[in-house]
Amino acid sequence: MKKIRYIFFISCFLLTACSEDNDRFLETVDVTFRFTQNWKGIPITASDFNEFKFTNQNGDLIGIERLRYLVSNITIGSVVKDYQLIDVGEGTGLEFVVDEVTKGLKTLNFTFGFKNEDNLEGSYQDLNSVSFNVPELLGGGYHFMQFDGKYKDHNNQDANFNYHVIRAADNTDPTNVILEDTSFEVDLGELELNSSTVIEIKMDVSEWFKNPNTWSLQQFNTRLMPNFGAQKLMEANGQSVFSLGEIKFN
Amino acid sequence: MKNIGIYLLIFFFLMRCSSKEEEVYTPVPYALEIPELFADKLIAPIIPSDNPLTEEGVALGKKLFSDKILSGNQTQSCADCHKVKEAFSDSAAFSLGAQGILGKRNSMPLFNLAWNFDERFAWDGKEFGLENQVIEPIVNPLEMHGDLKEIVKKLNEHNNYPALFQSAFGSSKISPDLVAKAVAQFMRTIISANSKFDNFLLGKSTLTVEEENGFNIFMSEEKGDCFHCHGSTNNPLWTDNKFHNNGLDERFIDLGLGAITGDPSDNGKFKTPSLRNLIFTAPYMHDGRFSTLEEVINHYSEGLQFSETIDPLMKSVHQGGVDLNEEEKAALKAFLLTLTDEEFIENPAFEN
Repeated sequence: MKKIRYIFFISCFLLTACSEDNDRFLETVDVTFRFTQNWKGIPITASDFNEFKFTNQNGDLIGIERLRYLVSNITIGSVVKDYQLIDVGEGTGLEFVVDEVTKGLKTLNFTFGFKNEDNLEGSYQDLNSVSFNVPELLGGGYHFMQFDGKYKDHNNQDANFNYHVIRAADNTDPTNVILEDTSFEVDLGELELNSSTVIEIKMDVSEWFKNPNTWSLQQFNTRLMPNFGAQKLMEANGQSVFSLGEIKFN
Repeated sequence: MKNIGIYLLIFFFLMRCSSKEEEVYTPVPYALEIPELFADKLIAPIIPSDNPLTEEGVALGKKLFSDKILSGNQTQSCADCHKVKEAFSDSAAFSLGAQGILGKRNSMPLFNLAWNFDERFAWDGKEFGLENQVIEPIVNPLEMHGDLKEIVKKLNEHNNYPALFQSAFGSSKISPDLVAKAVAQFMRTIISANSKFDNFLLGKSTLTVEEENGFNIFMSEEKGDCFHCHGSTNNPLWTDNKFHNNGLDERFIDLGLGAITGDPSDNGKFKTPSLRNLIFTAPYMHDGRFSTLEEVINHYSEGLQFSETIDPLMKSVHQGGVDLNEEEKAALKAFLLTLTDEEFIENPAFEN
């Protein structure tokens, strides 16, 4: 009987001790990711759509009508969210919370679009359900961005543009489509997390038309999905689109 | 011995609780058969938690759908303008209402409505949620022109309906809310997913060369570019269930979504209809202006009209359209007809 009592007390002591250790080492916080969009620093929301109110580097006057884009492998420290579709026009997907990120210095990065290994034909039901797919003739998988609107053409007429970013596909020979991964990594550096935090990730939409390639909508406006060269230019311009915005510690 | 007494007391108490629970009526859950392709490719259908499908509810909804009691003068049922053989649409451009007045829009086909994820119904998206949509045509003066108070009174005084509502909802007191719930339950069971193209995707059928060419035109951004709005092999609804101005008019007689939102940038936008069962759903567009599929294809090929709100996906508007040749048009039509679901319109589950 004495022996049993002894073992019971020892066990209680050990379990209590373990519990205290866990609390100390696994203290976690919630991290909210908030995606915002701007044009050279001026915020863009759905209320700015459908009006000719932006001028790109090439001098094309444009109006935005649809803007939705995909980011994946959103990583903070060792916590990874698989992907997120942001639809600016519908105001969906702009914000999400990652729970239980341990405190401390964390790296922050994500992929614009899907890497080849994640860009799997028809595999994501939520993306299929909002018709974000790319035809198999162009290698399948998903759009990285669907950015539609109008610009003023040389005759000052309203003309349509479809700036659709996908994995580059050369289907000159439909029996041998050549694919090139045009997703890219966005590294936002390191962040010290001591409490629940809201992290703003900014997209400067004007950069898609600017750097390093001055984008002429008079030249590249529609039918860009099967245009391998245009997709490569988009990939290059996308590199400077995202930046870290406001950080709020709660 | 004392313990046995306590156990007996607890047993007796539990038995009483159990008997009380048995008194709560629960209708039989309806097992909605989700088509293989939908289950594989799409997120789950929308079934509100306050209106789960039940055998009794679906059966009641089906009966109500075909009953003229829901119209003001008891001359018209939902099924009069949503005929099973016409994929729950109407072959007239505008249907005659209960008062003999023509409506202003073409009767929309009804199927796969539980997969309308945004839950905006009708050509102009005016109703949110299927239950709300059910009531709209019942009270619309151009359609069934009913008075909900009167309809509910008639249903409550009916020989059969109170018992049927009792079976479906555990209440014989009929309300507009329960009418809407029953009809919506039935409408969620109207599913079409057994076309030649569905079977092709499931490896049970093959396409002709012309049909395959048509599919490639449909999916090509350089040719038809239909897929951005009308779905694909990965979105077998063949609609995005969104609202677009597809270049029908330079000036609008009907503002569509714009009249609902009050936002001029929505003027001329109408819901993308599914491309399933087109052979049964003529005439086409919100106003039934096109009698044939050839006319529809010609519209996108060379008939687009510019207006300020035209969707940017109507990329070739200044050239009139995507400029398909006759062979391409024929192929596109051949593909579209592979989305015909013959079994759907013959389904006895939909007939009253």
